[in-house]
Amino acid sequence: METAQETLQTIGAKAETSTKIFKGTGSQVLLNGLIEEGVHTVFGYPGGAIMPIYDALYDYADKLKHILVRHEQGGIHAAQGFARASGEVGVVFATSGPGATNLVTGLADAQIDSTPLVCITGQVFAHLLGTDAFQETDVINITTPVTKWNYQVTDANEIQEVLAKAFHIAKSGRPGPVLIDITKNAQLQIEEFPAYVKCNHIRSYRPKPKVRIEYIEEAAALINSAKKPFILFGQGVVLGKAEEEFKAFINKTGIPAAWTIMGEGAIPTAHPLNVGMLGMHGNYGPNVLTNEADVIIAIGMRFDDRVTGRLDKYAKQAKIIHLDIDPAEIDKNVKADVGVWGDCKETLPLLTNLANENKHEDWLAKFRDYNQQEIDQVITPELYPTGDEMTMGEVLRNINEICGGDAVIVTDVGQHQMVACRYAKFNNTRSNITSGGLGTMGFGLPAAIGAKYGAPDKTVIAIIGDGGFQMTPQELGTIMQFGAAVKILILNNRFLGMVRQWQQLFHDKRYSFVNITSPDFVALAKAYYIEADKVDERANLRKALETMINHEGSYLLEIMVGRENNVFPMVPQGCSVSEIRLK
Amino acid sequence: MSTIDHFENKNTPLIDGKEEYTITVYAENRIGLLNRIAIIFSKRKINIESLNTSPSEIEGIHRFNIVIHEGYEVVRKLARQIEKQIEVLKVYFNTNDEIIWQELALYKVSTDEIAEKVTVERLLRQYGASAVVIRKDYTVFAVTGHKEETDALITALEPYELIEFVRSARVAIIKDSAGFHEKLKEFEAIEPGEELVENEFLEKGEKIFTM
Repeated sequence: METAQETLQTIGAKAETSTKIFKGTGSQVLLNGLIEEGVHTVFGYPGGAIMPIYDALYDYADKLKHILVRHEQGGIHAAQGFARASGEVGVVFATSGPGATNLVTGLADAQIDSTPLVCITGQVFAHLLGTDAFQETDVINITTPVTKWNYQVTDANEIQEVLAKAFHIAKSGRPGPVLIDITKNAQLQIEEFPAYVKCNHIRSYRPKPKVRIEYIEEAAALINSAKKPFILFGQGVVLGKAEEEFKAFINKTGIPAAWTIMGEGAIPTAHPLNVGMLGMHGNYGPNVLTNEADVIIAIGMRFDDRVTGRLDKYAKQAKIIHLDIDPAEIDKNVKADVGVWGDCKETLPLLTNLANENKHEDWLAKFRDYNQQEIDQVITPELYPTGDEMTMGEVLRNINEICGGDAVIVTDVGQHQMVACRYAKFNNTRSNITSGGLGTMGFGLPAAIGAKYGAPDKTVIAIIGDGGFQMTPQELGTIMQFGAAVKILILNNRFLGMVRQWQQLFHDKRYSFVNITSPDFVALAKAYYIEADKVDERANLRKALETMINHEGSYLLEIMVGRENNVFPMVPQGCSVSEIRLK
Repeated sequence: MSTIDHFENKNTPLIDGKEEYTITVYAENRIGLLNRIAIIFSKRKINIESLNTSPSEIEGIHRFNIVIHEGYEVVRKLARQIEKQIEVLKVYFNTNDEIIWQELALYKVSTDEIAEKVTVERLLRQYGASAVVIRKDYTVFAVTGHKEETDALITALEPYELIEFVRSARVAIIKDSAGFHEKLKEFEAIEPGEELVENEFLEKGEKIFTM
């Protein structure tokens, strides 16, 4: 078979005058399309039904970097990490059958966290569809609930248009994962293809509306009359690339702003109007004062149950302004008095224009008062513990001191995730990468690998629990082979800590199957030729962290922390946000 | 008669705040879209009472009529979720007083029974039925109407050995609809006018089509 480059060269001469014609296989035209879309890194795993694409990939090594993961779930989490760190679309290749089904967790995670992905799966020959052929699975129907869009290609002539649509859908409007299933015959089919045309319009799809100024005016009037306005912001600010517009809005209006964990880092931790984290393990002030604010301005967030606590006792006194690009989110969980449907990159400047310059000193002082109580009762003991056992918080404090807030922090799911989100300092957007909506244990390590490819100049630290690490440890092999300089920090409390905390607090301390044992993580890392160390006393902590962060390549550091530490504050399930407990 | 009762029910408090809603979906005719729409209901454990897919007045645009028994808030959220699907152009949801609807029912009865015991003529007149097929062994009647009307004929035919019965899904036309042609032009434009964006949150629009 002719290689793509050869084909391009032979066809290229003729093509200069007329429309560019590329003669080649469906696989080649797919890879050409990816390059046209600006893709340079792909995460994937080959297999029978996707072999023609991998065959074509052989000739594209100089243009498309392919990272061979150790499991398709690792591949898709890596693509998520890549997309979240870079703001670009993450791309994954997987084969049919088990390859495709292994993507499902990542798809669900990307769907609920609005992460733009394009997944390409191989499929059996079209004539075998429905025959229960080897490695045939109905991937389109399996993935329908967890994709923004999916499509099965059975003819190579569809590939370019479908790929262009896929990228447009994945990254526009509220982003999300898209899956294209390509039958093997379409991958092999030789055709003459027209030049690749990017998609910017689908008639049945309106990614964002034309902003209606009357909503903005109503919102501005409410904001200008508010005595105790409060901003809740989510990942929408980051996805909309509207960080500067957001800063301009809060700087002018002087309104305190709190974040959901998906929105963390959209403004620096140190910003004077950043009052902290919302929700179950969020900060004291933002939770309590949600039920005191007179106007709540929700920006690019979806009032998840972990943020709102008990809904019928949530912000009942407040007028709600809800800015979102997804109209299905407005009025979904919390009724908005003013719903502003639009891209916050457009709506925020309009709102800033109409909003009065203001300072809410007395109101801000209330946040500071609550913060002081939290510092005294929770934060100081967590960050500067006096007991022998190390805390997760003091590890985070040391990381902040060493990195100064410039690292990309990728977390897994559980206690360490809450502690990391609570205490990590961020100077930059797209620096906090975590599985928010789905809470996928095993996300951390592969996502950190992807994040390193998405932000190669940043220090990427994966903070993972001893439980979550054991869900996807195979990706150490990916690091070994391709050298992603990821710093892996295992906070080992020898428990499935978050479940244990709930069992302690709500199930009479009946510790049911949360006592998890671990392998020798250091030896495991070394088996993969990754430098590693373990710290079990405070005296060695700082130096070990510095060694890890200053190390040239990847590095694994296991830190033994207190076994039965709990994450506080906490809004117990079924309670109002104002019933948040400090202990 | 039962139809009239139903309309009277509209003004009395609803049981559980639920009533019958007809959801009308304008969408591209694409494989898999039915599943994508159906799972929006099944995800929330909501039963679809009736589902019809058909062409619309515009070539290439498909129309779904979905009937469910739910409260306004639930239906509104479902409609937004359906409209969010890439291939869906527009979703409307209406109560029964806002639409004209019909269902078609077929009844197969023994010709002997029916010839001996009732006058076919009376049945035809009373229930607006028509005989589609008359054979020696069986007769097939067709009735077009609301569920209550087609149900009434089942009751009437029960004593006479109803061999087979089938009722179609509901097809419905929205009373206030001005057609979809103009709207489609807006959808096809890359820069649509403001009108495409219906006023969903200010609730100023009285008509179904606010554009």
